[in-house]
Amino acid sequence: MTSGQPAPEERRRLNEWLLTAPSLLWLAVLVLVPTAIVFVIAFKPPDIDGGIGAGWTVATLRSLARSSYARIAWRTLYLSFLTTAGCMLLAVPTGYFIARVDRAWRQSLLLLVVIPFWTSFLIRIFAWKVLLHPDGPVKAALAWLGLVPPNAGLLYNAGAVLLVMIYTSLPFAILPVYAAAEKLDYTLVEAARDLGATPLGAFFRVFVPGISRGLVAATLLVFIPSLGSYIIPDLVGSPSSEMLGNVIAQRVFVERNLPHASALAAVLTVAVLAPMLAVLLLRRNGEVGAAQSRGPL
Amino acid sequence: MAGFLVFDGVSKSFGTVRAADGVSLSIERGEFFSLLGPSGCGKTTLLRILAGFERPDEGRVLLDGEDITALPPNRRKVNTVFQSYALFPHLSVRENVAFGLRVARRPKAEIESEVDRMLALVQMEDQGAKRPDQLSGGQRQRVAIARALINHPQVLLLDEPLAALDLKLRQRMAIELDRIHDEVGITFLFVTHDQGESMSLSDRIAVMKEGRIEQIGTPAEVYEAPRSSFVAAFIGDTNFLEGHVSEVVDGEYIRLAITGFGDVLCFNDAQRQPGMPVYLSVRPEKIRISREAPPADARHNVFPCRVEDVVYLGTHTRFWVSVGGRRIAVFQQQGRFLLDERPIRWNEDAWISWHADDGFMLERFSEADGALTGTGVDDGEVGGDADAGDGADG
Repeated sequence: MTSGQPAPEERRRLNEWLLTAPSLLWLAVLVLVPTAIVFVIAFKPPDIDGGIGAGWTVATLRSLARSSYARIAWRTLYLSFLTTAGCMLLAVPTGYFIARVDRAWRQSLLLLVVIPFWTSFLIRIFAWKVLLHPDGPVKAALAWLGLVPPNAGLLYNAGAVLLVMIYTSLPFAILPVYAAAEKLDYTLVEAARDLGATPLGAFFRVFVPGISRGLVAATLLVFIPSLGSYIIPDLVGSPSSEMLGNVIAQRVFVERNLPHASALAAVLTVAVLAPMLAVLLLRRNGEVGAAQSRGPL
Repeated sequence: MAGFLVFDGVSKSFGTVRAADGVSLSIERGEFFSLLGPSGCGKTTLLRILAGFERPDEGRVLLDGEDITALPPNRRKVNTVFQSYALFPHLSVRENVAFGLRVARRPKAEIESEVDRMLALVQMEDQGAKRPDQLSGGQRQRVAIARALINHPQVLLLDEPLAALDLKLRQRMAIELDRIHDEVGITFLFVTHDQGESMSLSDRIAVMKEGRIEQIGTPAEVYEAPRSSFVAAFIGDTNFLEGHVSEVVDGEYIRLAITGFGDVLCFNDAQRQPGMPVYLSVRPEKIRISREAPPADARHNVFPCRVEDVVYLGTHTRFWVSVGGRRIAVFQQQGRFLLDERPIRWNEDAWISWHADDGFMLERFSEADGALTGTGVDDGEVGGDADAGDGADG
């Protein structure tokens, strides 16, 4: 190195930093700092005006051990789990189908998956309220078919929450599954059939492992936002189907207890991050063997 | 039709392309049979029909007397070595090989011992724990063969199995395939576009063109007695000379008038009559080249020529000579190397000759094959011996 010219290695590193700086800044300002603030407030006492008092306390966090929270946390967990399961059950065959149809059809089908995003999230949930309303078409059809009694309520229960949660999350499951399925070498499926596997056997022994990265991505993209659901249980659910998101909102808007809301949010964040970190670590360990079939994420 | 594996009038179209056009074919038990042809000739379609991945539009496929045309792939006792090998990337070598037996839910102990046996057969005993992406091309090939053989198929299908390998490895794997065929003794159906591979490995070859079989025979039959100019040009190299029959010399020989050559004597194997247009094919290695005129012989065709090109290839020398404006290829085998011998050089005058029995007459082939005469001889190589050439796919 004779002049002040940086070595190629240094320059490359500098370029990398410059390229990632905007997204790092974005992450820091809009994700890391707010999260840190929430974590800090969780350790503050509330004050009488709905603000944050002076000093530090762990009393708020302790109070979370109340049994009503355990019940709601459990409900949040199983509703999110059922949402994820439902989405995956629908997304895997759909993703497979879209990946396998003619190129000309593929674009239109993908468009159909994405089209709901053109309408506001809130409006789509309200649309479900109309559909599931006691005088709505779904209710009428089901009652006519004799599948539900005429006086049954389809709205304001855990079932309605689950249905709408699956509906809103489904595209986030289909897209990564499709992306992985589209890249899969289908000679592998033929090879499995050739070696004696039934169509279903080949599907589970070769197709599903082949798109595992897409499955992981889809699971995370559905499960994590589901844990934080707030609007859906608020609009189509009832107190008996409320989730942690609703409780946090109540602490903020009804009780004006920011530290309590923050403590709940912090616990939820940790609960979400822990399994994600676990997945990341697992994946890093599995990296050596799984160079093939890279999905998104 | 009798036979172990029978294609009976099999046709298959993709859109307007007839990939298989009324193919009838009978393969014996234990045979090493090749489907040979240029890409798009329908050989892979036939293989996929046999494997069960495609349903023929017409015709039947019979295996050991049983009609398997409508059976799904998993119910056929045939297994495939795919061109890309199609090893399962999420499974180890052992698990890949075990796949067929796992699917069949065989006892664990049996699976283990069978996998060991198969890995030994393909000499991969010590690689069982590796993943496919940690293997070389040749090793993947071996795993693919072991995986396909573990189900004890009645026919092993090989779809261009050597195409992805480099030349040296290809030759080694060809020998290996031959050994495995001898060892397991089952029927091999080998699909290739490489005439060298098919000639060196097969008991019989079916040469295919545009969905139809041009000729079926042993390697020697298709090479020495090609039934069409397409086969003559596709298998090995040849010189095509155009002309017509001028007179029948006696019962066995006829005289041809060849453009640019004049009279050429030829064995009359097809009862041709004077006036008929013919295509005469003479293999380059059947032609002798010498500096002095060879002694006169009633059964030899002798022509003076000018040497235009000489390529020394170690095992033989390749000459391009010009006779009456026609370019003729001549291969001369290297005999004893004599330092004091003065080899025939570029731009010299020389003589070429061939025995009347060494030329064969063919039908004129269609325009579509015209490309084959354009070069006549390029770097195609007979028998797949070591050379820079890459088969006859030019």
